[in-house]
Amino acid sequence: MTFAGVFSYLVFFLIFAGIYAVMTLALNMQRGFAGLFNIGIAGFWAVGAYTSAIMTKGPSPDHLGGFGMPFIIGLLAAGIISSLLAFLVGIPTIRLREDYLGIATIGIAEIIRLVIKNEAWLTNGVRGISAIPKPLAGSFGSNYNLFFLMIVVLVIALFYYLSEKGINSPWGRILRAIREDEEVVKAVGKNVVRYRMEAFVLGAFMMGVGGGLYAHFTSFISPEAFKPMQATFLVWIMLIIGGSANNFGSIVGAFLTWGIWTGTEFLTGMLPAAYTTQAAAIRVILIGVFLEIILLNRPEGLFGEKKYSSVSTADR
Amino acid sequence: MALQLFLNGVILGSIIALGAIGLSLIYGILKFGHFAHGDLMTLGAYFAFLFKVQLGLPFWLAFVLAAALTAGAAILLNLILYRHLKKRDSVIVMISSVGAALIIRNLVLLFWGPQNKFYEKAIQMPIVLGDGLLRIKENQIIILVLALTLVIAVHLFLSKTKLGKAMRAMSDNIDLAQITGINTERVIIWTWAMSGVLTAAAGILLAFDTHLTPVMGWNLLLPLFAAVILGGIGSPYGAMFGGLVIGISQEMSTLIISAAYKPAVAFTIMILMLIIKPSGLMGKKV
Repeated sequence: MTFAGVFSYLVFFLIFAGIYAVMTLALNMQRGFAGLFNIGIAGFWAVGAYTSAIMTKGPSPDHLGGFGMPFIIGLLAAGIISSLLAFLVGIPTIRLREDYLGIATIGIAEIIRLVIKNEAWLTNGVRGISAIPKPLAGSFGSNYNLFFLMIVVLVIALFYYLSEKGINSPWGRILRAIREDEEVVKAVGKNVVRYRMEAFVLGAFMMGVGGGLYAHFTSFISPEAFKPMQATFLVWIMLIIGGSANNFGSIVGAFLTWGIWTGTEFLTGMLPAAYTTQAAAIRVILIGVFLEIILLNRPEGLFGEKKYSSVSTADR
Repeated sequence: MALQLFLNGVILGSIIALGAIGLSLIYGILKFGHFAHGDLMTLGAYFAFLFKVQLGLPFWLAFVLAAALTAGAAILLNLILYRHLKKRDSVIVMISSVGAALIIRNLVLLFWGPQNKFYEKAIQMPIVLGDGLLRIKENQIIILVLALTLVIAVHLFLSKTKLGKAMRAMSDNIDLAQITGINTERVIIWTWAMSGVLTAAAGILLAFDTHLTPVMGWNLLLPLFAAVILGGIGSPYGAMFGGLVIGISQEMSTLIISAAYKPAVAFTIMILMLIIKPSGLMGKKV
């Protein structure tokens, strides 16, 4: 492989890892800071991807569209629709124990998949949506992916900044207090359910934006394009490896896990082509075993939980 | 038409009920949702395929061996994973069970491949009752009889034996059960064994009715949880009832909505239950 080849592969790798980092930051907002159990990440991902694709594309006879909105509006819409969905799922479940939310999020992810598959007028069904516009397409020649990587990095930076800001604010302190001891927070008269819901909805917003980025980068989305449980599971591994309630760890965990996951692709790539199905299965088994080992032996992840000061940055 | 759907619903419902009993007991005793339950079901069905089709054993023997092996797999999961994670946040145990689910499903995929498999190739002619009002296949009669037998066996076990009573007591209130001198570790192992057997039975009966695929159990996970929540977490009788309600509603729903949205029915019932009475019909307060 030439140097240019390696470089362009690296950029490609970083874009995907970066999109996963957005997802991990989002999950950290929900799980790390608020203790919420979301295993339907793929659902919010898909809603974001489809929303942004439909909003930005020109008219198409195959599915709903023709809005032709700019990229940035597409991403915003992706985030908003995704958080709206989170709000609806949260109403019956967020006041209950965390496992109920887990089951409900799996359910909603499954229903979203069914809707995408069956409502062809909206999503073109199993054939998927293709030719999703890329922002400023054609402007950077062969360096286009580098430009897209900049956008991804910008989104990560923005979400990282807002997450840190939020968690160090009075709002974040109450959120962390709820996670530690819900009863105490209730006793001082705070509405626990509202804080949890806000964290859930904010996380879902980020997931929607991440889904939008994915759609615009790959230009093509379909219900079969990615395996929902696999994607959800990878994000969880990323969060656990990075250490829950640690934004920096989340980002590192995402890049590291994506590296390992891509590495297993090289490994199984050495098998003959006839064994493609088996190779894919072996990859998932390997990453699954890897997670179990981490859970059993290093539950706090690489970086552990970040110690946030009990004094907000504004007071200092 | 409605009568036929009702019958199909009872068949699906008894399969869901068998899987849900174990899920509910584990949920009640160990306090976590076991997300690998659907995939254990798949594993049981494929074990039976191994014995019946690949090794040519009679069906009843394949059934027993597969149930025993699945029970072993469930105990193994507890031994290497869940037992060590017990003291931790329940989300960690649950995510570990999601990992176990993916590992099991991909092992099945690795050994048996993605294509649909069948216990027998011959196509059965349904028995027609009442001038075509009702059609039922011989296999489906066997499913109903087997499911009913197992449910009665579970009932006798839970109400008559010391071990069964201990299980119910632990699911009801684990601290109180410990005070009365129940050997909780032993009961936990037996709960996994029983869940394994029932889950394998559910998987085998489902495959007997339709066919085997690596995602068959995963696709049933949501109905299983819906049945558990509807009946009340920790209540085996609630799970049986919940399973029947979910199965019948899923099949009958095709009268009103597209069959493609069948899985959404279980979800809707579950959400309604969570809004109205989160503790379920026969459960305790959450």
